[in-house]
Amino acid sequence: MDTEAVVSEDSGPDRKRRVHGMLKLYYGLNEEGKAEEEAQSLDPCDINGPHFDPEHFLNKLRRECSLAELMDQETCMVKQIRSLDSDMQTLVYENYNKFISATDTIRKMKNDFKKMEDEMDCLSANMSAITDFSARISGTLQDQHAQITKLSGVHTLLRKLQFLFELPARLNKCLEMQAYAQAVRSHRLARCVLQQYSHLPSFKGIQDDCHAIMDKLAQELRQKFRDGGSSAKDLSECVELLLQLDEPAEELCDKFLSHARSRLESDLQGLEAEIRPYPSASAVKDASVRRLSSPASTGSPAASSPKASAIFSPSSNTDILEFIDRGCNEFVSSLCLVITSYQELFVSHAQTGELASKNIPQMANAKLHAFVDDLAARYFSLVERRIQEEKGVGDNSLLVRALDRFHRRLQAVTKLLPGSSVPSKGTEIVIRAATERVKQYLAALQSFYMDSLTDVRQALATPRLSVASASVGGGGGPSGRDGPNSLPELLSSLSASILNQIKSVLASVHLFTAKDITFSNKPYFKGEFCSQGVRESLVVSFIKFICQSSRQFCESAGDKGGSTPPALLLLLSRLCLDYETSTISYILTLTDEQFLVQHHSPVTPVTTLCTEAREAAQKLLNHYVKVQGLIISQMLRKSVETRDWVNTIEPRNVRAVMKRVVEDTTSIDVQVGLLYEEGVRKAHSSDSSKRTFSVYSSSRQQVRYAASYTPSAPMDTNLLSNIHKLFSERIDIFSSVEFNKVSVMTGIIKISLKTFLECVRLRTFGRYGLQQIQVDCHYLQMYLWRFVSDENLVHFLLDEIVGSSAHRCLDPAPMEQSVIEVICERG
Amino acid sequence: MEDDAPVIYGLEFQARALTAQTAETDAIRFLVGTQSLKFDNQIHIIDFDDENNIINKNVLLHQAGEIWHIGASPADKAVLTTCYNKTSDSRVVSCAAVWRMPCDWETGSNDSPDDSAHNPQTLELLCHLDDSPHGNAACVLWEPMGDGKRVISLADNHALLWDLHESSTQAKVSSTATLEGKGQLKFTSGKWSPHHNCSQLATANDTAIRGWDLRTMSQIYCIENAHGQLVRDLDFNPNRQYYLSSCGDDCKVKFWDVRNVQEPVKTLEEHSHWVWSVRYNHSHDQLVLTASSDSRLILSNMVSISSEPFGHLVDDEELSEGEDNHQEDKSKEPLKDSVVSTYEEHEDSVYAAEWSSADPWLFASLSYDGRLVINRVPRALKYRILL
Repeated sequence: MDTEAVVSEDSGPDRKRRVHGMLKLYYGLNEEGKAEEEAQSLDPCDINGPHFDPEHFLNKLRRECSLAELMDQETCMVKQIRSLDSDMQTLVYENYNKFISATDTIRKMKNDFKKMEDEMDCLSANMSAITDFSARISGTLQDQHAQITKLSGVHTLLRKLQFLFELPARLNKCLEMQAYAQAVRSHRLARCVLQQYSHLPSFKGIQDDCHAIMDKLAQELRQKFRDGGSSAKDLSECVELLLQLDEPAEELCDKFLSHARSRLESDLQGLEAEIRPYPSASAVKDASVRRLSSPASTGSPAASSPKASAIFSPSSNTDILEFIDRGCNEFVSSLCLVITSYQELFVSHAQTGELASKNIPQMANAKLHAFVDDLAARYFSLVERRIQEEKGVGDNSLLVRALDRFHRRLQAVTKLLPGSSVPSKGTEIVIRAATERVKQYLAALQSFYMDSLTDVRQALATPRLSVASASVGGGGGPSGRDGPNSLPELLSSLSASILNQIKSVLASVHLFTAKDITFSNKPYFKGEFCSQGVRESLVVSFIKFICQSSRQFCESAGDKGGSTPPALLLLLSRLCLDYETSTISYILTLTDEQFLVQHHSPVTPVTTLCTEAREAAQKLLNHYVKVQGLIISQMLRKSVETRDWVNTIEPRNVRAVMKRVVEDTTSIDVQVGLLYEEGVRKAHSSDSSKRTFSVYSSSRQQVRYAASYTPSAPMDTNLLSNIHKLFSERIDIFSSVEFNKVSVMTGIIKISLKTFLECVRLRTFGRYGLQQIQVDCHYLQMYLWRFVSDENLVHFLLDEIVGSSAHRCLDPAPMEQSVIEVICERG
Repeated sequence: MEDDAPVIYGLEFQARALTAQTAETDAIRFLVGTQSLKFDNQIHIIDFDDENNIINKNVLLHQAGEIWHIGASPADKAVLTTCYNKTSDSRVVSCAAVWRMPCDWETGSNDSPDDSAHNPQTLELLCHLDDSPHGNAACVLWEPMGDGKRVISLADNHALLWDLHESSTQAKVSSTATLEGKGQLKFTSGKWSPHHNCSQLATANDTAIRGWDLRTMSQIYCIENAHGQLVRDLDFNPNRQYYLSSCGDDCKVKFWDVRNVQEPVKTLEEHSHWVWSVRYNHSHDQLVLTASSDSRLILSNMVSISSEPFGHLVDDEELSEGEDNHQEDKSKEPLKDSVVSTYEEHEDSVYAAEWSSADPWLFASLSYDGRLVINRVPRALKYRILL
């Protein structure tokens, strides 16, 4: 009962296992289970353990559990026992059934095997009979079989022999028919055999014959190869055959290349002939070369070249586009062809074929590179020479198209020869050509500018009806010398024509960077060409040139003072000023926009150029003032120096020279007014022209004062004029002027009057001399005040003149102011 | 280090003529000749007391006429020449004469200034350089460093070499040179070269500078169009025999090497009006003084063309061979020519400037309104040159 209770205690999945374990035990499969159980537990209280001690377990339960728990335990155990029982019954039943059916099967098998044994016996009997028969048949047939085998062997051998014997004849025939390829194939088939049996005299004979024929063939092939008349395709075939004939590959490479070289060189010579200016000779050669040129030339875009050559540059035989076209079509395409066939023959073939040792491709490649480099170098030198001849800057598109084509065609070489330096050199040539072009454009712009200046100079030199002549005809332009040339018109036409020229040059140069040009996407053309080439060395250099040449006008004319017409100075100064205010930034913006300049390297900023232009403008204007001032000074000086002021008659008129000075000043005023704004001037007194000479009276006072001078009182004599000077600003005579009319006029008048003053101080005057000066000064006073920014300046200088002449007068008896006024107004 | 303030002295008359008293090497003394058409003209002897920064003046009467040029004898302190205008019968004539100061003029200065002013002594006429057949005298040049026996006067288009005899009381023309050419040629100024044994003379007429050999009285070089306008003045570099400076109405100061007259060695364009006078410092030829009618006086430091390498005191030996130094100059690191200072104390045109013969760091300038200003070379520069 205890055992049952213990067994029924188990529940769930454990139970099943336990049942199986027991069955295992029953069938003697317990070894495994035993080991498991031993590992499991040694606990005597484990109801499923092998060491279970019912007594111990019961005692433990009784000791540890309450009654109720014991009751529960008991019920549980009974339940378990019951279920174990039923399980056992089921298992027994199942096993019994299986046992019954197994017994049945075994019985049935016993019956079947007996039948099968009989059949097997029968089969073995039959088989032995068959073996018997077969042995008999093969015994009878054996003789014939050996014979047949032998016969077929002989047949094959005979066929081979026949081939061999026929070989020389066949080769000869092939040779006759020039079917070299077949001959070589045949020979190759026979070669090994002949080689093997060469100790037999008959075969030896055949071999010798074959050798002789093949030698002849090789000779012929080589001949053909050497002749060079054959097409590239033939040639490559030749080479292929020769290679198969075990010709040394290196030699073949050399020969192939030298042959190709001769052809390419003839192309090059044709090109060279184009460069030399022998029209008739080159025409003849042209034709001959054309015949030689590869068929590829028909496919290239040569359509435009004849038309182009008809239009441009009679100085050179063919225009550059045509030249490049020819170069591309003849030389470059032949070169490509050579490269392709060469590579096919020596490089790719050698890589796959069995006929070459390993280093042939490398050797061949090296040779090819050297060859291509050499020829390309010559080609490039020719192209460069031709490009250098391209001096005219008329039409850039032709050159650009030519360069584009040149560059484009070289791309083919890149594809064929990946490692070659040819394309990069080609690009270099293009770059050089482009920079050269930019330089030429700069030179052209400069000469254009100088020409324009010459035109302007001539226009200024032609006599005009009047300085102020309102321009009627217009048009002007640097070339239109006949039209009425007013300064503003000349200026506008000059600046417009310069601007147009710059624009057209920019447009021309822009072609280099057009989208459809192959080299335009090279980094050089994207970056450096735009910023350094176009912007810096073309536009900026030109602007600098303008400033510089303007400055040179100041310097070269500095000593003589007359080589440049003053009007030109004025005009240039205005031009430079306009450049400073707007044109420079406009041009540079235009350039930057057109060329999308990305400045990688530092570029000249607009402000620097503007400063330079302004400096030039300032210098020109200063120089203009100086020149005009000197012209007037010269008149005044001559008039003072050449006169005997002591013995002169009483003044009745303003001297003619003063009228001339006023006239000239007026015309200068008009001239300057045409180009420069009025400028600011200090407020005038209500009636400036009527102003009396205060200093004249002061100088008279001075004279009176001087009469009572004491030698012990220094500094007193000139007190008044000194005080005057103390309060007036120091006058810089040859100083910088501002960019307006008033300032310019002030400068000129300052220079003139200061000269007048200095000259007066060097002379001695009689009474009437002084009076004449008075009259003259009053006259100047009447007319000059209106030109200057500060009339006090004129007053001051004129006062000084009169004062100084009074000082230098032997008999200072001044003229009455009213008389002076009468004389001046009459004049 | 503060530079001393300029010392200003005012004359009563207008004045153009200024010279240092060449034979005087102890006292700093300048002679000024006045220009007045109405009163007796004077020669002011300006003594500058360097210690106390005080000017002492003595006045001598020069009754012959207004003084256009004045020259002090290099040998005898008391002897001087003037060129003056004489007006007679409404004719103005330029004359030249040799004068001697009265021997006791210095005693007069010990009296109160009023005294001397009231009683100005008169110059004693030694002789006229009577060149009436040769026209109006422009200037008289003493033989530099000579014994005071030879002078040259420039009159219209003639250069006359005079020998003075019997303590300068007699003058005799020993040779003449005449400027030939179209038009009315006239010497405006000249300078007797201290080099080549004093056998050369340079003159200016209009825009040209000419060199003359005094032994043959023939022209040896000519710088045509040396200036765009009139050439006003010349000076020889005291240390470099072929170097010459000139100034003129084109506001420029030019430095020439007379062996190559095509191009000036150097051009200065600092003045804003005509430059009337150019003077090399007697000992330190990099210092050049120019006076202009823009009322300014400019002191320039022309290191690159001086005989002294910058910052070095040159030995006497080297001084005598200015040409050798030329190469040395070239090899020297940056030599910067610069304007040392612009002096604006004058209110009127400055027609003359002179270095003192006694103190190489001191100079005087004279403007038309009669103001004489005495200035010094800035100390900083002075020490830079000396040390």
